[in-house]
Amino acid sequence: MSTNYEDRNRGGYDSDDDGDRRPMGGRGGGRRMHRRRVCRFCIDKVDLIDFKDVRLLQNYLPERGKILPRRISGNCATHQRMLAEAIKRARNIALLPYTTD
Amino acid sequence: MDNKRQYEVVFIVDPAADEEVPKLTESFSQIVTDQGGVVTKAETMGKRQLAYEILHHKDGTFVLLEIEGSGREIAELERRMRVNDRVLRYITVRVDEDRRRAQKLKDRRARKAAKRPSHGGGSSAPRRGSAMEFAEPGE
Repeated sequence: MSTNYEDRNRGGYDSDDDGDRRPMGGRGGGRRMHRRRVCRFCIDKVDLIDFKDVRLLQNYLPERGKILPRRISGNCATHQRMLAEAIKRARNIALLPYTTD
Repeated sequence: MDNKRQYEVVFIVDPAADEEVPKLTESFSQIVTDQGGVVTKAETMGKRQLAYEILHHKDGTFVLLEIEGSGREIAELERRMRVNDRVLRYITVRVDEDRRRAQKLKDRRARKAAKRPSHGGGSSAPRRGSAMEFAEPGE
């Protein structure tokens, strides 16, 4: 287990998400964008999310430092729960911020 | 071994006391051993910037201990860390249950993968392979 504790890739949504954006309805402007929802953790077959893996967790912590909701990340319930737990633990020992101003 | 609990303890040491880190780690390990626990891993994660200030400190040295034991040594260890003002913060996470669960899922997956080609015939296996390839670049 040699996770890189140093690297902090600040902020931002996971931009390389493979969910393609496409307009929802035919007419009506297509205001809402639909993102294909895929749980990355399911794809990678992750069973355990380590709270020390800052690099990973940071992907789900946008600028404000709030946990990225499931409806945006597309995570499944199980993994979102594990992720949220890991982020909260990481916050507790100052690996991740509670808030950023 | 099955009844043994596994813990991960991470604590942050005041960077001003950097040279004390090995000594501190040693003494904490000693406490655990005295209480009948086993330290399976002691690793210094290095100095790191804190995400927020703790007692006016902007950075700290992170140390990870992996401990196996009954839980009593954790109580003692935490008490010591609380009293020690070199330790800015600590967190203890019980990991054995989660690890067991992860292992179970992994085993189940392995079993499924082993079973599939034999009873499903040839057609399902290649398709699965290509799906994996598709998933990989997304990483």
